[in-house]
Amino acid sequence: MLKAKVYVTIKQSVLDPQGVAVQGALHSMGFQEVESLRIGKYMEVELNTDDREEAEARLKVMCEKLLANTVVENYRFELEG
Amino acid sequence: MRFAVLVFPGSNCDIDCYKAVEQTVGEPVDYVWHTATDLSAYDAILVPGGFSYGDYLRCGAISRFAPVMSEVAKAAEQGKFILGICNGFQILTEAGLLPGALRRNESMKFRCHDSVLKVVNNETPFTRHYSEGQEIVIPIAHGEGNYYCDEETLQQLRDRNQIVFTYSDNPNGSVADIAGICNERGNVLGMMPHPERAVSSLLGSEDGKAMFTSIIQTWRDTHGAASVR
Repeated sequence: MLKAKVYVTIKQSVLDPQGVAVQGALHSMGFQEVESLRIGKYMEVELNTDDREEAEARLKVMCEKLLANTVVENYRFELEG
Repeated sequence: MRFAVLVFPGSNCDIDCYKAVEQTVGEPVDYVWHTATDLSAYDAILVPGGFSYGDYLRCGAISRFAPVMSEVAKAAEQGKFILGICNGFQILTEAGLLPGALRRNESMKFRCHDSVLKVVNNETPFTRHYSEGQEIVIPIAHGEGNYYCDEETLQQLRDRNQIVFTYSDNPNGSVADIAGICNERGNVLGMMPHPERAVSSLLGSEDGKAMFTSIIQTWRDTHGAASVR
């Protein structure tokens, strides 16, 4: 059994209105040191395989096909176990 | 000429689309469930607005893999007319039938009001009953209608006349004020505003009617007689 942590983030060149809103909230709470804030997605995926190489290849396809929209998002993942 | 209105779990403009076809052109129209695997009976396919699959993950990301979508791709290839409205537009971009992606509105607000659109390209099967540069009033209702594509894609859209509608007063931050685009061939169109909600003066505008009459006119030109009410 392998566990993957998948992180999907909005590309730097693309505006993240959610992040801007949360940054604004932090500023209004007095956290002026927040220079920028971006919101992404975190997913935990459990795979019923022990083959790391195979798992990585499959995860890449999952990310490219569904988990991230590569027009506006980047992704990375970590395999554990 | 037969119209299909696709229905995904979470579609909520399917009835509006159905009624718009019924009332503007009076041609046969069916609801087609997202599990359907045959669209061969239809000449035009409407992908309606709503929140398919709860918009989970991303708008349109999950619907794009519904069984009916491979049929939509086939139909697009055959040159049939595909119109994606709002969530339908998001689904068509996710499916790769149209370039780009829809992001959250720059204003961070869900925008729900009439919008003034400029008809940039009146040579598509969907817009021939408008004139070039005509301003029309079509309502919008979306939180994620901020059209994005990279510079290179934008240039291609311009060069190939694929920008069909632009906003007069950009409500969401879309690149180049884009409200609707078509594919290179012109038979697949996606737009955030809702023409199906602008087919009667009772609704505030009749400016959406011409999209439906344009489709039928184009079809008649290539298929000979079809009854138009």
